[in-house]
Amino acid sequence: MTSSRLPQGGRIDRTKTVRFTFDGKAYSGHQDDTLASALLANGVTLFGRSFKYHRPRGVFAAGSDEPNALVTILSGDVREPNVRATELEIHDGLVTESQNRFPSLEHDFMAINQLAGPILSAGFYYKTFMGPAIGPLRSTRVWMFFEKFIRRAAGLGRAGIAADPDRYERMNAFCDVLVVGTGPAGLLAAEAAAETGAKVIIAEEKPVAGGSLLASAELIDGRNAAVWAREKAAALANLPNVRFLTRTSVWGYYDGNVLTAIEHVSDFKPNRTKGQPRQRYWVIRTGKTILATGAFERPIVFPGNDCPGVMLADAVRRYAIEYGVAAGNNVTLFTNNDSAYEAARALAQAGINIVAIVDVRADVSGACIEIASSAGAELILGHAVTGTHAGKTLSSITVQHFNAQTGHVSGAPREIKTDCLGVSGGWSPAIHLASQAGGKPEWDEDLQAFLPPEPNQNWVTAGSAAGYMDTVSVLSDGATKGSSSKTKPKLPAVDAPMFDASPAPVFEIEPAVKSQKAFVDFQHDVTADDIRLAYREGFHSVEHLKRYTTLGMATDQGKTSNIPGLAIMADVRGITIPEAGTTRFRPPFTPVSFGAIAGERYGDLRPHRLTPMHDWHLANSARTYEAGLWHRPMIYGSHGETVEQAYVREARAVRQSVGIVDVSTLGKIDIQGPDAGVFLDRVYTNMFSTLPVGKARYGLMLREDGIVYDDGTTWRLSETQFLMTTTTANAGNVMQHLEFYLDCVWPDLRVHLTSVTDVWAGSAVSGPKARAVLEACVTDTAIDNATLPFMGIVHGLIGDVPVMVCRLSFSGELAYEVYCGAGFGTQVWEALLEAGKPFDIMPYGLEALGTLRIEKGHVTGAEIDGRTTAHDLHLDWMLSKKKPYIGSGMKDRAGLNDENRLSLVGLISLDNQSINGGSHIVSDAAPREPADSFGHVTAACYSPALGKYIALALVKHGTSMIGNRAYATDLLRGKHGAVEIVSHHMFDPDGSRMHG
Amino acid sequence: MTGTIEKQTPPQQIRFRDKKTMIIKCPYCGPRDVIEFTYQGDATRQRPDPASSDQTAWNAYVYDRTNPMGSHREFWLHAGGCRQHLIITRDMATHVISSVGFARDAVSSGREGDRP
Repeated sequence: MTSSRLPQGGRIDRTKTVRFTFDGKAYSGHQDDTLASALLANGVTLFGRSFKYHRPRGVFAAGSDEPNALVTILSGDVREPNVRATELEIHDGLVTESQNRFPSLEHDFMAINQLAGPILSAGFYYKTFMGPAIGPLRSTRVWMFFEKFIRRAAGLGRAGIAADPDRYERMNAFCDVLVVGTGPAGLLAAEAAAETGAKVIIAEEKPVAGGSLLASAELIDGRNAAVWAREKAAALANLPNVRFLTRTSVWGYYDGNVLTAIEHVSDFKPNRTKGQPRQRYWVIRTGKTILATGAFERPIVFPGNDCPGVMLADAVRRYAIEYGVAAGNNVTLFTNNDSAYEAARALAQAGINIVAIVDVRADVSGACIEIASSAGAELILGHAVTGTHAGKTLSSITVQHFNAQTGHVSGAPREIKTDCLGVSGGWSPAIHLASQAGGKPEWDEDLQAFLPPEPNQNWVTAGSAAGYMDTVSVLSDGATKGSSSKTKPKLPAVDAPMFDASPAPVFEIEPAVKSQKAFVDFQHDVTADDIRLAYREGFHSVEHLKRYTTLGMATDQGKTSNIPGLAIMADVRGITIPEAGTTRFRPPFTPVSFGAIAGERYGDLRPHRLTPMHDWHLANSARTYEAGLWHRPMIYGSHGETVEQAYVREARAVRQSVGIVDVSTLGKIDIQGPDAGVFLDRVYTNMFSTLPVGKARYGLMLREDGIVYDDGTTWRLSETQFLMTTTTANAGNVMQHLEFYLDCVWPDLRVHLTSVTDVWAGSAVSGPKARAVLEACVTDTAIDNATLPFMGIVHGLIGDVPVMVCRLSFSGELAYEVYCGAGFGTQVWEALLEAGKPFDIMPYGLEALGTLRIEKGHVTGAEIDGRTTAHDLHLDWMLSKKKPYIGSGMKDRAGLNDENRLSLVGLISLDNQSINGGSHIVSDAAPREPADSFGHVTAACYSPALGKYIALALVKHGTSMIGNRAYATDLLRGKHGAVEIVSHHMFDPDGSRMHG
Repeated sequence: MTGTIEKQTPPQQIRFRDKKTMIIKCPYCGPRDVIEFTYQGDATRQRPDPASSDQTAWNAYVYDRTNPMGSHREFWLHAGGCRQHLIITRDMATHVISSVGFARDAVSSGREGDRP
């Protein structure tokens, strides 16, 4: 093939020169060239190496259906692989390289795979690497061993690892009518829709509107078809109710008439405006969709059909008319239908020499004969191409007599010298989006193609996507589908020869003696023989065929290979193509970058919740960690201290004098209404309606299935108002749980819920000196035992900040929770610290908080793990017998009262070693694997109060095991140690300290 | 040669059902994207008398779920909006939503569950 730039023609801007590189070599092209057209104009015909056999491949198509010419764009360290050269617009400074070759495109080491061709047939990898034993490697291990070598040898472009520096954007759009495609049908459909006043969005995947008209030799309203299209598009784009998106590929069709599209905003430009996104991801909700997506030309399969220089006939035409590029000096066309003659007419007009037109049909119309003769092309009817001769590019083809009825090849081969072969095997409507939307495509015998399925949403197909193959009917169909009125639309006059749209049903040329491979799927290197092999090996259904041979599973989704592949399978099975069926297309229609889908949403997307005192914690050397979305202090570290030393110091200070901890993260729900007490009686296992105003009570919630759900204290602030606290982690869930019951189960209850977690800041002051601290700073109320007994609530002031103080204890010490408005959190916290100075008040973090509660045997999320019952946690005393509550119906079922259930105990390390959380409890003195576990550790720490390593655990027959010796084993972390099982109340079991 | 407009036989019969799957018409907030909503389960199940200890009835309420290929009533929470629970009638095969209402209204007027 000797491709070159024609002296004139094309929609390229010849006044502008664009410089770019391909495989390190500098080239120039013109503005509006694609990489494919520019390289062809420079005489480059070899674009890449094939997936499996590393065969040399050239450009095959001129649009999104391109299977061969995939390149990688390089931009600094950033690589964008598998970009279709036929869609990539060149710009100054564009750097591209070919793919799947080593060391270079022209001298590819792995081309040796071609010699192994017969071995590398369909299913090769499964058969060779997944089944047998090779030496010490068994079955899948063989695959795992060889996989990395195979992956390197076979494949497409290599993805980069550099971070993508580009910006991407997401947009939501709403319209009455979405028109996909701006060929003749799309333009008239959009015009008709816009005339009704509807809000219209038009999406065109190319940079310019026109579709098939861009490469047409026809006249519309007396003007060049491409010019007519450009004027029509410009007029549409000017309408206030129309949004015209070019370079926008609609790639997904979802339920509810939601379509997704990708707009190339700036990746075709050498320089981007600051902040301009590279691509924009559109989510379009439309009332009605008009799919004017056109049709794809499909090839005929014949031996040697994959060498550079063999292209789709329409591609040869597009390069000539759209880009002013001759794909060859001596072009031959090979066809089973009339559309190749339209191409011949256009090519001849563009001044391209057509050697011959090979047609499988014995008879063609007078119009066809006339075109062939006026183009000076030899018309070879009843023949087919049965072979090619090519080095790096096509030099000649072999033609033999062919019977289109029987598919029989006969007669002496004749060689025709040609450097470019344009193939046309008929046209397939682009039904991809319609297929995604649902439904089964319908086979059309006339067109030998699948037509779109019956719509199951509000969409229509128009033009050649609907099976209309000539410009006149396409225009008419577009105008009709675009308008809702029944009146006959006014149509432009078209000057074009009329052709028959029906191709001869010929999909493959299979000579008796085959010396060359005949490819069906170029991108995945699937041959016609692979399909026959799949059949012989029992993979008959199209779904099996697809997966076994990978036909149609490459990035082009089989746009050119689908129908020929189906036809070959139908032929070997002796059934028709519709009987063989087709697979469903899936999004995306064309590849979409991950960056575009992510848009602005990348990196850490979680909200970070900070308490009002967060800055104080950080300024006072707190080491924080994340508890759900919250950041909470773990310890307040002193220099050179370990975490354990820090929490032991903090916990010891609480037991000896006083400490203060930030409890603002507790979930808080304001519950108001005349029925608030009744409501709480139903959601808690214990009674709340009897709780006096100004008192708090510890409450327990179950799920309907009888398992413990959450715990916390709830305070009665007035007859009709309660403040519920929940565990930090469960705050959102409990709120939703309560809302569900109010809305869906007890709508008759007059109760209103408000989440007030962020409204209050909370500080817990704990330790023997806690009362003294509060007495030193709280005014307007007494704090003494009579005014503020255990579980009592008072209101007072700290400085001039109103506070609410509740005497309750998680640590087991005399303790108070001081709540104030969130904005005053730090002020109150600092006032408490100041008041605590004489007592060496110690701020403490979650580690110390955990230590104090483990010593006391208080449960948290580690024990309330979605599997434990109130009985398991020794909380049966909280289960009211006077009233039903959520979970009361199922808490007594057999499985929840099984004597073999795990229940809560304490553990004390007997070897003075720490106990790992998650350790299993076993009876074996020596580590053993596997061991019979009869429990596990839920939380562990060093207890400064007891001077020992201790833990809480859930253990089978827990209570009756107390006093026994067992072993906590954690073989993963190499720990195994003796423990004594004790009551979970390990410190101050009678609670005298907190009641004091 | 100038072509004439020849109407071909329409390749397909247009029949269309209005599918509104990705949008839920919240009676308080208006039509909103489904991502604002949280599924809250089967609305046809009947909670037993709270005082009942009939394990069969409780089992049915807590664990048994129907999965009809067709119309179904279910609870949804407009979690990213008004935080109201809704009862939605949805076709499980086609995702067509035929009715949306506040759960409170439906439940308190006794229209919850299997009752029409």
